[in-house]
Amino acid sequence: MQVYLPIAEVSVNMFLLLGLGGLVGVLSGMFGVGGGFLITPLLFFVGISPAVAVATSANQIVASSFSALLAHLRRKTVDLRMGTVLLIGGLIGSGFGVMLFNYLKALGQVDLMVNLCYVVFLGIVGTLMLVESLRAMRRNKINAPKPRRQRGWVSTLPFKMRFRTSGLYISVIPPVLVGLFVGVLSAIMGVGGGFIMVPAMIYLLGMPTKVVIGTSLYQILFVTAFTTLLHATTNQTVDIALAVLLILGGVIGAQFGTSIGAKMRPESLRVLLAALVLLVCAKLGLELLLPPSEIFSVAPAGAQ
Amino acid sequence: MIAPRLVLVAALIGLCAPMPPAQAQEDIVLGLSQESISITADFSGSDLLIFGAIKRETPIPAAPLEVVITVAGPLTPLVVRRKERRYGIWINTESEVIDAAPSFYAIATSAPLETVISAKDDLRERISIPRAVRAYTARLLNPRGKDFADAVIRIRTAEGAFKLLDGAVDVTENTLFNTAISLPANLTEGTYNVRIFLARQGEVITSHETDIVVRKVGLEQFLFNLSHRQPLVYGLLSLALAILAGWGASALFRLIRER
Repeated sequence: MQVYLPIAEVSVNMFLLLGLGGLVGVLSGMFGVGGGFLITPLLFFVGISPAVAVATSANQIVASSFSALLAHLRRKTVDLRMGTVLLIGGLIGSGFGVMLFNYLKALGQVDLMVNLCYVVFLGIVGTLMLVESLRAMRRNKINAPKPRRQRGWVSTLPFKMRFRTSGLYISVIPPVLVGLFVGVLSAIMGVGGGFIMVPAMIYLLGMPTKVVIGTSLYQILFVTAFTTLLHATTNQTVDIALAVLLILGGVIGAQFGTSIGAKMRPESLRVLLAALVLLVCAKLGLELLLPPSEIFSVAPAGAQ
Repeated sequence: MIAPRLVLVAALIGLCAPMPPAQAQEDIVLGLSQESISITADFSGSDLLIFGAIKRETPIPAAPLEVVITVAGPLTPLVVRRKERRYGIWINTESEVIDAAPSFYAIATSAPLETVISAKDDLRERISIPRAVRAYTARLLNPRGKDFADAVIRIRTAEGAFKLLDGAVDVTENTLFNTAISLPANLTEGTYNVRIFLARQGEVITSHETDIVVRKVGLEQFLFNLSHRQPLVYGLLSLALAILAGWGASALFRLIRER
């Protein structure tokens, strides 16, 4: 059944969109990532323009992350205090990221920048996670005790704060910086930034894996809500009809994802996420390296 | 009234010049399946039927009559970019702005286009796809610019936005003609210009023009207008819907699980 999208101005199969939303929802619930890094490229394939895809996927992430966050709140696996500190950095970073985005747009290099960001960050994060979680799995098999985490320079910084849920007493500087960095990326790449934040929380801040997902969802919710509003007011590229269809599929998928995630071992969860991240990275990387079949591209001018 | 009078004068002074071709003595009477196209929520493209008859007061000339019908969408500005390999990756290097290019262009003919319309008349009336597009890319005449203009034609043709339908017009008894042109689902809103040309031996005898308006209606129009006139309200509405859906799904699933 075809449905015409008022802002995207294309007609797309309704069940295809519901399916896309559902798939991304499952991943979102399982891994605590918003799924923006998957849904945005998938929407390009369906024939939706990049501007509308980025803005609308931000809106869809609001719904799926809210739904998943509620499930985590009930299980008390959200560090609200840490989430708020991350969020403060995130909002500042997102505002700065939008300025950077507009500057690159004026230069005509925004597509390249977005693709490079995806390849570089997905590549680094995916590799690190894969290596670390495979090592962790091997350790668990021989039942060796986990070595105590080394914190090094992070523990020497001032402005310490107690994060009870995470069982941490650390400086607020690293979480604010992590939030800031993720905010910038989320504005440029049109994603929630969970795939950067989850590993940063685990490896940099030393938070327990169980709390990480709920806390990252909390931060993602507010940053993507802010991004949606920014896109709606500056570019008018949020397609509400498209968002509703993706959300319908997504919220259902997220619920399944959360229960799947709760049953799986954190290490296997991380291996899966790492594999997924590397797959998307390889796909985007190949697009940059292989000669395109059409070296010209056409885009509407003066969209602003 | 001038033309017949001139013919009369020519005949009276005894010039034995042959009768000029039946200029303006054949007129087009046109019908369209729809005067306007409404884009609704279930819009998935539309077939535009164009039909008509040729009204004439003289006997049908011996040479076969050919019909060419063009449909052109609203003009929109474009940026065309070219990729090049730099530092091992393919990046956009050069670009050209085209101030206006038709968002849609279809030609239906009763016989292969190049046999129906001479190059001269094509140039004057801008009928074929390259002529219709190049009318707006006159600035890009140097070889480099031509690559960019050609790219627009190539990409839009591959997308199905530009199409040449040779032989898609049926002509009956040199008098009645009809064709169907399918319009894609991703129509740009605006005025679509329909032109009908009658041609004999490669020359355009007469032509006729009319417009079709394509616009969104109902919910589609409401949402589009709201997003442009009240962007903040629209944005908040999108967020409210998202939060409501997220909460609704969560509550529903808890209900199911607690059973």
